[in-house]
Amino acid sequence: MFAYTIRRVISGLLLMVVMSMVTFVLFYASSDHPERYACGPKCTSDQLETTRKALGFDQPLAEQWAKFARGFVVGRDFPDNAELRAAEPDQVIHCAPGCLGLSYTYNKTVNNLLKDKLPVSISLALAAYVLWITGGVVFGVTAALFKGRLIDRSIVGLALLGFAFPTFFIGLLLLKFVAIKWQIVKLPVYTPITESPWLWASGLILPAITLALVYMAGYIRMTRAFVLETMTEDYIRTARAKGLTQRKVVGKHTLRATLTPLVTLSGLDLAGLLGGTIIAEKVFNFNGVGKMSVDAIARHDLALVVGIVLLIAAIVIIANIIVDLLYAVIDPRVRLG
Amino acid sequence: MSSSATTLEESAPGGSASGDPLLVVKDLKVHFPTGDGIVKAVDGLSYTVERGKTLGIVGESGSGKSVSSSAIMGLFHGTNAQLSGQIILDGTDVLTLSEDQMRKLRGRDVAMIFQDPLSALHPYFTVGAQIIEAYRVHADVSKKVARRRAIELLDRVGIPQPDRRVDDYPHQFSGGMRQRAMIAMGLVNDPSMLIADEPTTALDVTVQAQILDLLQDLQKEFNSAIIIITHDLGVVAEMTDDTLVMYGGRAVEYGKTSEILTHPEMPYTWGLLSSVPEVTGDTSAKLIPIPGSPPSLLNPPSGCHFHPRCAFRDKVPGDLCRTTTPELAPGNRGSTHLKRCHLADPEAIYQTEVLPEIAPDLVEQLGEKSGS
Repeated sequence: MFAYTIRRVISGLLLMVVMSMVTFVLFYASSDHPERYACGPKCTSDQLETTRKALGFDQPLAEQWAKFARGFVVGRDFPDNAELRAAEPDQVIHCAPGCLGLSYTYNKTVNNLLKDKLPVSISLALAAYVLWITGGVVFGVTAALFKGRLIDRSIVGLALLGFAFPTFFIGLLLLKFVAIKWQIVKLPVYTPITESPWLWASGLILPAITLALVYMAGYIRMTRAFVLETMTEDYIRTARAKGLTQRKVVGKHTLRATLTPLVTLSGLDLAGLLGGTIIAEKVFNFNGVGKMSVDAIARHDLALVVGIVLLIAAIVIIANIIVDLLYAVIDPRVRLG
Repeated sequence: MSSSATTLEESAPGGSASGDPLLVVKDLKVHFPTGDGIVKAVDGLSYTVERGKTLGIVGESGSGKSVSSSAIMGLFHGTNAQLSGQIILDGTDVLTLSEDQMRKLRGRDVAMIFQDPLSALHPYFTVGAQIIEAYRVHADVSKKVARRRAIELLDRVGIPQPDRRVDDYPHQFSGGMRQRAMIAMGLVNDPSMLIADEPTTALDVTVQAQILDLLQDLQKEFNSAIIIITHDLGVVAEMTDDTLVMYGGRAVEYGKTSEILTHPEMPYTWGLLSSVPEVTGDTSAKLIPIPGSPPSLLNPPSGCHFHPRCAFRDKVPGDLCRTTTPELAPGNRGSTHLKRCHLADPEAIYQTEVLPEIAPDLVEQLGEKSGS
């Protein structure tokens, strides 16, 4: 298992190297004079040239990537050009190892920006995850147990509805009625968990529900299908033949088998959600990674976009490794190697 | 129930004068309504099994063997299956029991050993945990006591190092060991009735023999009644006291095993016997498969279900096989040998037409004996 983990981590790192190359080519090579956006509309050609050098766009793409990679490992200083740094030493920004580049719209390192925003997105994704897994499994199992009956039809029908409504619509609906009109909850505001866990949780309720509904709808249907499939397995018949109560047959034997695919899928979905909280962040005005990435794209802040893309890629890769390792823990038949 | 049992005993081979039989199945029907019509998986089945005795139920896939046993286990509760008739287990008609009452019998008074133990054992729980669970459902004991019982039973069914193997998962066991573990799980509550559904399918021959020996030993030890569902006539010959041949959801021949195997009176049973190779037999003996395929239970053939595949239907006068369902009734070999066939003298046909084909050396031996 240890050797397997090492192997997976190494292949994950290689994948990240390739990912960074691909994103570099995609964003920088496809963009025509990216320094224009950094410099602004009233830029003289001299200023433009300086900006070009400061951001390192004067060098070949391969060189730019090499600097990025070196910066990630040992850290780097901005502006990129050594002469410019020597000219104005007090303007130099140091980027510590793990450097993801310099955002030229904020004139801050990408890392510094992400450090503030990432907790917001992670909180949102985790809260949504807890909601959708709980709801998905509870409603999914209930629907399966009452297959074909009114309860089942209602749950499946509502799930379809949850699937059909766009996230922003549900978000606005919740905001308008639950928070503003009926004032059941306070207007959602993000509070760091370190300040007040209670405010942190209560502020997350509405955005988390908004995010969770779509996933929950999918997981209800998936859980229902898994449970129904598992119930036809021979070992469920064995469990019943032992004289176990229906509650034990479902709650222990069926759920245990259903858990395996659910854990796998939900782990990957959670990783995907970390980069997909954009709409909920926009609707509820949470300053997370999603909102920042949309703004970065709108302002052509390529360094920030590349940084966010790579971060999300890394999260997905790490989640994949964790899910695979977890798989060996929950399924005794799986042997890693 | 005693009065109904005595009337049954008169016609049923399983019954005898010594006490009430443990299990009496009377006119059991298991029907499944489907979108295309009613599937008559079991259609009027009757048999009896006594304590310490073994009944073999034989037939091809889809003949209703397993469905009838699942009905005894009460496994159709909560499904859309329609059950009728009587299943009297130790004086109680289990078809009248509620799911909760039935649940308390399941695994305690009547246990089932399923075929294909790899899929019948839960892949995510250890073998020990599954046996312990089966024990603790019915016995109010601590986990520790139950674990000792599980180890004791694993040892009893011949698993080496049971105290260590008890914590293994099913996939860490070999096929034969899994079947043994399955048997241990079935026996953990000392059930009086044990149903073994193809217990030796998919096992190699030496393991098959060991499993069968084990079942016989355990039967002697616990004096339980056993139903063995199989399509292996070798298993039937070795293990059973009575044999029930099923075809298309109905019994087509029922009697003492020794009687059925030596004097079969139903062409379907002949077909089954013709399909069995004999290791020591003459190499000129033919293996004759039964032509055609099993009948549809949705639209079964008219009259005798077997008539479309029967090579001897011409010997029955008129169109009887196609138009009239024969009764399961005593033939020419006494009241304990029942057959469902229109043939007037099946014995003569079997001796002159079937036996020479499938066992020429046997006919020769018989001929020499009568000659000398």
